[in-house]
Amino acid sequence: MRICVCVKRVPAPGSKINITADGQQVDTTNLGFTTSPHEECAVEAAAQLVEEHGGEATVLTLGPAEAEEQLRYAISVGMHRGVLLATADGEWDPQRTARALTTAITELEAVDGPFDLILFGNESADAGGFQVGIRVAHALGRPMVNGAKGLSVADGAASVEREADAGRETYSLPLPAVVGVKEGVNLPRYPTMRGRLASKKAEVASNQPSADAGGLAEQVLKSPPERTSQTIVLGTGPDAAPAVVDVLEELGVLS
Amino acid sequence: MSDASSTVPSSAKVVIIGAGIVGNCLAGHLARLGWTDMVLLDKGPLPNPGGSTGHASNFIFPVDHNKEMALLGVQSANQYRDVDRSVDCGGIEVARTQERMDELQRRMTSATAWGVEAKLLTPAEVKELVPFINDEIILGGFYCPTVSVVDSLDTGTLFRNEAIETTGMQVFANTEVLDIETEDETATGRQRVTAVVTDKGRIEAEYVVIACGVWSNRIANMAGATIPLVPAVHQMADVGPMDVLVETNNEIGYPIVRDMDTFCYERQSAGSMEVGSYAHRPILHHPDEIPSNDEAALSPTEMPFTQDDFDPQMEQAIELMEMLGDAEIKYAINGLLSLTPDAMPCLGECPDVDGLWSAAAVWVKEGPGMAQVVAEWMTYGYPRVIDAHGADIARFYDHERNDEHIWARASEHFNKTYGIVHPAEQWESRRNLQVSPLFSRQEEAGAFFFQARTWERPQWYESNADLVERYGIAEREVEWDNRWWSPITVGEHLNLREHCGMVDLSAFHLFDLEGPGAVEFADYLCVNKIGPVGRATYTPWLTPDGGFHSDLTMQRVDDDCVNVVTGVFDGGRDLAWIKHYMPKDGSVTVTDRTLDYSTLGLWGPKAPALLAELTDADLSHEGSPYGGIVKVQLNVATDGGTQLIDAALFRISYVGDSGWEIYVDWDDAPKLWDALMHHGRDAYGLRPTGGGVYGSSGRIEKGYRLQGAELESEYNPLEAGLDRPKVKSADFIGKEAYLAAREAGDPEVLMCCLTVDDDHDSQGRRRFFQGGNEPIMDLDGNVIFDSHGRVSRVTSATYGPSVGQQILMAYLPRELAEPGTKLQAMYWNERYPVTVVGTDGPFDPDNTRLKP
Repeated sequence: MRICVCVKRVPAPGSKINITADGQQVDTTNLGFTTSPHEECAVEAAAQLVEEHGGEATVLTLGPAEAEEQLRYAISVGMHRGVLLATADGEWDPQRTARALTTAITELEAVDGPFDLILFGNESADAGGFQVGIRVAHALGRPMVNGAKGLSVADGAASVEREADAGRETYSLPLPAVVGVKEGVNLPRYPTMRGRLASKKAEVASNQPSADAGGLAEQVLKSPPERTSQTIVLGTGPDAAPAVVDVLEELGVLS
Repeated sequence: MSDASSTVPSSAKVVIIGAGIVGNCLAGHLARLGWTDMVLLDKGPLPNPGGSTGHASNFIFPVDHNKEMALLGVQSANQYRDVDRSVDCGGIEVARTQERMDELQRRMTSATAWGVEAKLLTPAEVKELVPFINDEIILGGFYCPTVSVVDSLDTGTLFRNEAIETTGMQVFANTEVLDIETEDETATGRQRVTAVVTDKGRIEAEYVVIACGVWSNRIANMAGATIPLVPAVHQMADVGPMDVLVETNNEIGYPIVRDMDTFCYERQSAGSMEVGSYAHRPILHHPDEIPSNDEAALSPTEMPFTQDDFDPQMEQAIELMEMLGDAEIKYAINGLLSLTPDAMPCLGECPDVDGLWSAAAVWVKEGPGMAQVVAEWMTYGYPRVIDAHGADIARFYDHERNDEHIWARASEHFNKTYGIVHPAEQWESRRNLQVSPLFSRQEEAGAFFFQARTWERPQWYESNADLVERYGIAEREVEWDNRWWSPITVGEHLNLREHCGMVDLSAFHLFDLEGPGAVEFADYLCVNKIGPVGRATYTPWLTPDGGFHSDLTMQRVDDDCVNVVTGVFDGGRDLAWIKHYMPKDGSVTVTDRTLDYSTLGLWGPKAPALLAELTDADLSHEGSPYGGIVKVQLNVATDGGTQLIDAALFRISYVGDSGWEIYVDWDDAPKLWDALMHHGRDAYGLRPTGGGVYGSSGRIEKGYRLQGAELESEYNPLEAGLDRPKVKSADFIGKEAYLAAREAGDPEVLMCCLTVDDDHDSQGRRRFFQGGNEPIMDLDGNVIFDSHGRVSRVTSATYGPSVGQQILMAYLPRELAEPGTKLQAMYWNERYPVTVVGTDGPFDPDNTRLKP
């Protein structure tokens, strides 16, 4: 089977996220970059499906030239080739991104044939728009389920599971289809040294993304007010015991 | 522990900043030495505040060619063993090249000197110990069974808790230092530390110790001081799991492998293998670029892995251990560690700020030992466990403390971490930082420069190449012995002994002590008595424990002025020593006069006649006696006319031939050079002569001692043979210990010269000792240690052109110091027969050349 996985290069921050002085970006001066966690699971899902059913998996991204790093990482854990849609003007909004991906996927399918499955992450780790996968599916006229916590393929259909309030929902999608994968669906593998070295030699195409305008414009980024937690020292040693008991009683954990 | 307290105490005797392996061990050692009223701070949480300790690879290879690093490595390993946080897993350095196999012979030599068990292995023997290694690509290995893996975080916690329990030390984690306050110390021109300001309050302190690892320079800058180090990346990747490792059911079940020729190591970590590299491009960071604990994805010093830099090492790692290829890279970081401009740590009191101490640029492998060094230094005035002059932070001159220099040198030596470094190897970057006024003339004469800290000094002159033919001197057979050496040096030596030579000594460091208390203070610094005006005193400066801190001359130039003349390698340390001890009442001032004067040494049998061409002054031993200074005017005209310059003639010799150190104004030095060459070149055989003669062959033929080589704080003047019949009545630093040593009778060891009886190796090649701590052995091959554990090792070595033999210097037990005693010396893991000459050198033992 043929699978396309769409991923996004995002910063790998610590617990405190700094924003640049102009309020337009996350300050990545001292940060590394990674693939959004949901998409790492999408890559792993694709790798497992190809291992099970044979075929080929392509990883596709839209982002800066440096996003080639994320493509090669995906190749090092089982993808076969990468396609980079290089942008030079910062973050693209979901509508614009979706249009460019749709165009790119259409072009890839025109050359090598249709993808049986197009996988996305549930949402990106930085912008969190929850839109791109759905927009692409809609534009391609294919069925789509987001939030997948289980995924298998059999008899020309994808079986997708989602968590619901009262249990699990199971969907059956005729292929070709689009699935948005959620973290937890699998445990992504790490690259091996050999995988890493092979990925350096793998084919990564760099294509020009189509440049249709989108409808969403970023105004400014602001950090939410810092959550402060006051640490109260109840005492040290055995003398602290009564105070600890008081707190536990207050919390209702003692009967 | 008052970890969560919101405020710090208002004062403490000692504030230690940094709770990594160094700060924690320092607290523990200070507590053991009786210190109390201490506070330990860290910006991060405990037990892992986020510094380099937290991601260290935690293994110790106890062999190093450098004495301080080797012995403090062993000392540290033992301290980890003492608290039971250490496993002896063994370690193997494997060689892929013949050059590395030769280096492993040197490693064997150093291991023998430091008493570390080691042996060379064949590839098959390596494979027996490490079954998953590819023995087809290695030529052999150097195996050291006492290589250990330690738990540095836990050890730090134990030391810290010891200080808390025994002294009530207060510990504040998550506490950021915002400023270090100082006040003027008028008499010395330094600052004096007064307080540490944190986000939890201000602490007045008498001692502040910076043990902040990669952040140390930034913290020191708060006090107006510098700790010259830079955070640098060391990449490592954890790959696994692998069955063969998992099956050991052990954190470390196989010896650590250092793949020396690829600058990488493979160290088991439970079921995984940690692959670490010193092979990638140097990646340096400014401390301000290090994220905070909150901002960092992992920890502040575990920076994002830059995979491209590591890829070449992965191929090499797979080549060595096939199984690594299919294991997963689970964790990979650009780990930060500290690098300094000369690859040695920064220990001791910051020379610019009284009371501010540095315990920085120390890695886990030497952490506890280095902490002990600093604790003893603070307690006793100088370390006892070892002479730490190589790590003394006062060694750096101004040129060595700026970022440009630190970055350039750190970049240059990073890839030499596992490199094969010749003892005389010169730096490529940052040359010509300080040159003598004679530099352009020396360049014209084809000088080959060696850099002494910041100073360029000619080692030999290519324009003297004709001397090689004149004296029939051969190149050396083995490239290593020939490296950083020229047969011209031998020619310059023989020419000086036959005619005369001129040595540029402008790099001497000169400090004027002036004021009503100057002579008394000068006498307090030194062992021998400061003489009357016009006399110079060659004297040791002792540590409070009676060992050598310095060895220099002090010239009484006026009633209230004494000029200190010391070597370029120790100028910074000696100036800091002066400022540490000088009276704070203003009765003495110290002025650096190094760049005011230039010194030319003129020596050789024809030196007196040549100098007489420039002056009518009485140059006889009556008019210019040995050890005396005569002020004269020299006629430096080269056209038959008259052009007079002032000069001070100091009759002394460090090469064993008659002559003078001639002190002139800096700007007059070129005129003196030209005049001496004009009158001397043809008529007296004068040649410019390099440091290869002055500091090495000329000196060692006479057995003259050198500070930092023969003279270290572990030895006293009696052992060095530099004691005098009487001890002056005035008090001086180290006097009590010196008197005690004298009263104890004959010293246990004596500094001796030995000659090499046969310098041919097992392949019939002549080999030449480099003076790099090669061990001396008895005829049965036993290394010689004294009752203090001090090993007999080569402190200096040279080929003596005038005696036709190699000469070694070493401390020997008194019973072996008898002339004629037969011993052995090791070089490149082979033993050579040697004979004791005695406590003096073999050339002109009666000093006939220095007498009238």
